[in-house]
Amino acid sequence: MATPQPPETLEADRGLAAVGAGLDALDAPPQDHRRSAGQRFLHTAVPPIVAFALLVGAWQALWASAIWPEFQLPAPLAVWDTVWTTVRSGDAGEILWTSVSRAVFGFAIAVVIATPLGLLVAKVRVVRAAIGSLLTGLQSLPSVAWVPAAILWFGLTPSAIYFVVLMGSVPSIANGLVSGIDQIPPLLPRVGQALGAGRLSSARHILLPAALPGYLAGLKQGWAFSWRSLMAAEIIATSPQLGLGLGQFLHNGQSLNDISMVIAAIFLILLVGIGIELLLFRPLERAVLRARGLTGAL
Amino acid sequence: MTATLEAPTPSHVDAAVTLSGVRKAFGHGPNAVLALDGVDLTVAPGEFVCLLGASGCGKSTLLNLVAGLDAPTSGSIALTTSRPAVMFQEAALMPWLTAVRNVELPLRLAGLKRGARRAKANELLSLVRLGEAGGKRPHELSGGMRQRVALARALASTLGSAEEGTPGLLLMDEPFAALDAITRDVLQAELVRVWRETDTAIVFVTHDVREAVRLGQRVVLLSSRPGRVVREWGVDGLAGADETETIEEITAHLREVISGHAAAS
Repeated sequence: MATPQPPETLEADRGLAAVGAGLDALDAPPQDHRRSAGQRFLHTAVPPIVAFALLVGAWQALWASAIWPEFQLPAPLAVWDTVWTTVRSGDAGEILWTSVSRAVFGFAIAVVIATPLGLLVAKVRVVRAAIGSLLTGLQSLPSVAWVPAAILWFGLTPSAIYFVVLMGSVPSIANGLVSGIDQIPPLLPRVGQALGAGRLSSARHILLPAALPGYLAGLKQGWAFSWRSLMAAEIIATSPQLGLGLGQFLHNGQSLNDISMVIAAIFLILLVGIGIELLLFRPLERAVLRARGLTGAL
Repeated sequence: MTATLEAPTPSHVDAAVTLSGVRKAFGHGPNAVLALDGVDLTVAPGEFVCLLGASGCGKSTLLNLVAGLDAPTSGSIALTTSRPAVMFQEAALMPWLTAVRNVELPLRLAGLKRGARRAKANELLSLVRLGEAGGKRPHELSGGMRQRVALARALASTLGSAEEGTPGLLLMDEPFAALDAITRDVLQAELVRVWRETDTAIVFVTHDVREAVRLGQRVVLLSSRPGRVVREWGVDGLAGADETETIEEITAHLREVISGHAAAS
């Protein structure tokens, strides 16, 4: 078959290459150009800043009208003072660190447990039939409900807190992975099989990457659940040997009848949630979707 | 032992694929659907065979059996090639991988080292004239380019993973059916060129008589429900009036096979 080609074949070959190159140039989808940094800032950062400013303005106006007593509705500046004092004294850093490190560690364990669990539920029919609906049910069970049981089983220890965090986030992450796998076009695993992928390498090279958008959505929700569960656990399970986290800080505010402290704590909890979303999940999601050409939502 | 120059070439012995009495039924009992019934087919190493048939002739079932994605109900399939590669109507590239990483995927699954597989993948991409587009993602490529990346990936899976010297086998399931006429025309010519350069045997499924005669060395007509081999034509090197005549003859046979179903039902 490797016969030397006559000149007219070579000529035709060159013509074919030219037509092919022309088609490629004509048919390739146009590249979308990105907006400049200034424009991006204008479109993404300005609207939330304006909304926040309006909110604070309305709050200030409500406070100034003095409908509610001061111990129920503090002035924005009073709350800011409380936040600033705790930040200045270094307490804020310590409180944030206690809570965030717990949440991150709990979340990491949850990922390690939920990933194989999700794979099993998605790919093994018996496992799905057995615990699929349990997993979905657990997702809608408020994790605060586990706090009393956790305290009875583990006492007022960090284990109790981690248990509640895990019960909150594992179902979300596993379910996210399951729905991610369910939405893979069936042709892709077949192609993987045709290319020589066994069960394990198919999971590693085809299923997990193909399910990544769904998995990421599950991780995001799992993080939100682990953060919430942690706050619930910290508010209820307060004891000196557990250290001072954001939840305890909030609890102390209530005990001291200090509404500024309560709102400051809520503000910090919210800040962590928004921060993790903006610094971690948003860029990750953006990168994953952009790489697949799914830029519609961004 | 005397050395003779005219050693008989055992071409009929070392077939790339031999199917004998292959039967495939889906389901059990009275509801079973017979997709293939007693299919005998031999493909020589490096041969280009086109399987032609109307809908329901079990073409895709046949390819799945040869590819080892499915097992025959009875009969046997013998392969002397490396792992057969399959190309589908859709390119089915992994959307999260760049073109070159898609081509690398089968080599990676076969356990090749990083440098070796990158070199091999780039070589195959140049073969399908996409040497420059290796860093692009599937969504940045046109339909024809995607299908060429899929061809390079299929070649990687049948050539790259084999030991040196084992011939490759490429199974193609209507790979150009979803493309526009001009692109299809160019890709058909590209496929023939690639086939000449790689010595790979190709089993090409299509329902387009013209395409089958243009590409193949041999055209095999299958009947529908169940699929059986009806007739074969050698169409290698046909041109001009001969080609037109053969196309008409095969089309007439294909019509006969299809109209037979109208009478039966």
